[in-house]
Amino acid sequence: MYQTTYHRASSVDEAASLFAKGTEAKFLAGGQTLLPVMKQRLASPSDVIDLGKIKELQGVELSGDVLTIKAGTTYFDIMQNADVKKAIPAIAYLTSVLGDPAVRYRGTIGGSIANNDPAADYPAALLALGATVKTNKRSISAEDFFQGLFTTALEDGEIITAVSFPVPAKAGYAKMRHPASRFALTAVFVAQTKSGEIRVAATGASQSGVMRVPAIEAALKANWSPAAIDGVSVSASNLLADIHGTAEYRANLVKVMAQRAVTAAG
Amino acid sequence: MGVEGIGARVVRKEDKRFITGKGRYVDDIKLLGMTHAHFIRSPHAHAKVKKIDSSAALKMPGVVAVLTGQEIVDDKVGNLICGWAITSKDGSPMKMGAWPAMAPETVRFVGQAVAVVIADTKNLARDASEAVVVDYEELPAVADVHAAIKAGAQQLHPEAPGNQVYDWVIGDEGAADAAFAKAANVVKLDVTNNRLAPNAMEPRAAIADYDAAEEHFTLYTTSQNPHVARLVLSAFYNIAPEHKLRVIAPDVGGGFGSKIFIYPEEMVALWASKKVGRPVKWTGDRTEAFLTDAHGRDHVTHAEMAFDANNKITGLKVKTYANFGAYMSLFSSSVPTYLYATLLSGQYNIPAIHAEVIGVYTNTTPVDAYRGAGRPEASYLIERLMETAARQLKVDPAALRRQNFITEFPHQTPVIMAYDVGDFNASLDAAMKAIDYAGFAARKAKAKTEGKLRGIGLSCYIEACGIAPSKAVGSLGAGVGLWESAEVRVNPVGTIEILTGSHSHGQGHETTFCQLVAERLGIPISQVSIVHGDTDKVQFGMGTYGSRSAAVGLTAILKAMEKMESKAKKIAAHALEASEGDIVIENGEFKVAGTDKAIALPMVALAAYTAHNLPDGMEPGLKESAFYDPTNFTFPAGAYICELEVDAGTGKTTFVNFVAADDFGRLINPMIVEGQVHGGLAQGIGQALLEHAIYDTNGQPVTASFMDYSMPRADDLPSFNLSHTTTLCPGNPLGIKGCGEAGAIGASAAVINAITDAIGKNNLEMPATPDRVWRTIHAA
Repeated sequence: MYQTTYHRASSVDEAASLFAKGTEAKFLAGGQTLLPVMKQRLASPSDVIDLGKIKELQGVELSGDVLTIKAGTTYFDIMQNADVKKAIPAIAYLTSVLGDPAVRYRGTIGGSIANNDPAADYPAALLALGATVKTNKRSISAEDFFQGLFTTALEDGEIITAVSFPVPAKAGYAKMRHPASRFALTAVFVAQTKSGEIRVAATGASQSGVMRVPAIEAALKANWSPAAIDGVSVSASNLLADIHGTAEYRANLVKVMAQRAVTAAG
Repeated sequence: MGVEGIGARVVRKEDKRFITGKGRYVDDIKLLGMTHAHFIRSPHAHAKVKKIDSSAALKMPGVVAVLTGQEIVDDKVGNLICGWAITSKDGSPMKMGAWPAMAPETVRFVGQAVAVVIADTKNLARDASEAVVVDYEELPAVADVHAAIKAGAQQLHPEAPGNQVYDWVIGDEGAADAAFAKAANVVKLDVTNNRLAPNAMEPRAAIADYDAAEEHFTLYTTSQNPHVARLVLSAFYNIAPEHKLRVIAPDVGGGFGSKIFIYPEEMVALWASKKVGRPVKWTGDRTEAFLTDAHGRDHVTHAEMAFDANNKITGLKVKTYANFGAYMSLFSSSVPTYLYATLLSGQYNIPAIHAEVIGVYTNTTPVDAYRGAGRPEASYLIERLMETAARQLKVDPAALRRQNFITEFPHQTPVIMAYDVGDFNASLDAAMKAIDYAGFAARKAKAKTEGKLRGIGLSCYIEACGIAPSKAVGSLGAGVGLWESAEVRVNPVGTIEILTGSHSHGQGHETTFCQLVAERLGIPISQVSIVHGDTDKVQFGMGTYGSRSAAVGLTAILKAMEKMESKAKKIAAHALEASEGDIVIENGEFKVAGTDKAIALPMVALAAYTAHNLPDGMEPGLKESAFYDPTNFTFPAGAYICELEVDAGTGKTTFVNFVAADDFGRLINPMIVEGQVHGGLAQGIGQALLEHAIYDTNGQPVTASFMDYSMPRADDLPSFNLSHTTTLCPGNPLGIKGCGEAGAIGASAAVINAITDAIGKNNLEMPATPDRVWRTIHAA
């Protein structure tokens, strides 16, 4: 790791002003990506601003049909939260198959979506549920927020404060774990909103990060059942391919995981 | 004898320090004035080193020196050696390319060191290493055996034309050809045994400390065999004479073979310590471990097995290409030859065997012994062949094996090994009973109704441990003898220190070796301690690998114990005014048999050291040593059966049951044996399903981190169902065979046989990743 200056912010405003003062500052949430990258000397921020002790970034609120998870809430706390389990159990499940216990104790929802790894779990949930990302400056729809591999709508120095999920009628998540990293080799989140919209998002599959799957959405719109997806064709072009899965395999997984997510959603 | 004797499930003494974080590993050691080394490693698989410019680095804060490959060659530090000479079929010796500790001219794998930065801290060394400019001229690379043996392929070493190290044969080709000419059926199989990275939990590390006044070196290192390290560093690498070099291997966090070898980093640390006049520490990180720890396996094999009309095996022909990587590591040459082809008879009566092994250089990390070392490759091949044969001949795979089992012992195979004892039917019976083999067809049918593909796979392995009679291995080209030494020191107060040449890096010797003493003397193991891993304390030793520590190392302790007990009995008889022949040892006392006359061990020990009243002519003291040279290999064997389900939609495998019935001879501590089997099975299953060290066609490693290299985790594995059938090894007085590698040797064939049974297709390579299984299911 290169030399860096560590700051522990006590509020979002303080974090933002510390960031503005740094030459190449980075926010630190759970550190599950940034710290390994720094240890490998692949990142060399001048300043590291720790958001982990900011109280206003902690916690979960259920208000009517909206579940709000503050950005600094750890996966473990999300997984254990009674409101999450009640309102959107698919999110609790997604969190339970994310990483391993050590990752879940440290990692946060805000950190995950800010990084936007193309195989991360949470982007699929946000996109399928039509969530809204709240920052210290504005609100951004999930659709607009995720902009490709490791790229988001966040501006320099902008801090995610929370994610708001409309509570769906039904939702389910199914994941094929990457055998080494435990990210998604491919995973699919399906949701049926209370207004009847069907939204399906796949992660770990596309070369451009989390994606909607319109063909599966159309099939499920006509018939909400795993069998409805049997006849859907998912193209392997533009899908990721590596030693753990060919593009054709991932195309198959998009279908199979979607079917299993529908089964899980009920 | 007693609750802590042989066969007792004694809790491990060493675990108190390990589980409370009090283990003392090389990296925990800090010496006054210590510097830190960071190696500059080649990013290319094959390149000429044109120029190294360290001028900027030398001006950076805390930098003590930047040393290069040319300097280590100029200082006449020896090239790395390979300690087992193999002769090709044409009579020529194996062809070794030179391997300097740092490359002066040519790098041949990604990660090979070209220079080292020595600085006050690790971070400063690393900072400065980024300022060293190395000018490379890239050369074409060959990344696997297929590329290496092609006509016109890029050559790695001028000494080895065609990138070939040797072309070695074993067995009787004429007899094998005759068997195939008369065969009723021939079964053919092509298999690749996938390359693995060993991944011990503790990365390799070294601290070298040169004392200029005494001209003496101390090396703290992560070694499975510190005496062998000292011998090689002294005799071949010109570091220092043996009496001027002390090697200490303190707590070592796993080896699996990868810490047998003496690596360039230890050599450089020693040499650099003398050059800079300060201690030099190097601790590898995980990336360096992936790039430079010797890998395992990496065979490409074609095999054919001949059967008569009654399904009796009549012959076996095998041709294997073994990938050695860029250089010949310390024992690499023996792994695909004498540790592999000598086990090709498996558990079966095979009258004629012929095997050819072609060793090949590639631009990859060197390959050497890794848990099992040659025997997993042999066992996997034979057990895949037997399963393939059962399918082709349409007979039950268990029945086919039974029909061909060796049932009379001793049994001389056509490939050197003389199996001393075994009962292969007993272990297969135990495994089949444990998994309810008879009920499998019904379970498979039921699973089918639930949309699951269920399969069962057998693996009846045999291996050779306890390496080995020194005369025998010497005649086959080994550069060392493979005996073991031990010393028993009874202190004046009756506590005991056992000094052993074996080295524990996870095996539990500090407990099991004490159990032998408890067994013989009837004292608690708390009164015994084990001393190992320091060439200044233990006179000599060959170390721990090849599941040899119990069969060879513990037998040496037994021999020393017998000498000590004989002297102690004389002292006791003298004190009790009895005849030496009437003295028995019970519960820590020397008793006159059939009387209540007794003298406790501490009083015998005290008498030995006060020497006030010893038998006439007896030397004072109570300390004995012994060297033990084994009479034969030992032959652990067993039957593993795996039952699993394959998800046709994803290709993912889920275990239903995994049973292991092993015959290890006598067990010292069944709990530790189970732990060894669990670990071995995890590595065998890891090879079958997950692990693969992969290079791209340019020789770039693509699995150099845990984000890409799939190490088995607990939730990837089933709960194991273990049992033991026992035939005592006649070759050593304790009847021990060894248990450290069996799981890794036997497991992978059981898994692949089960998956191929489930999916109804026989051709499937390891690792059987979900992607690969899914593509196999859906292939035309």
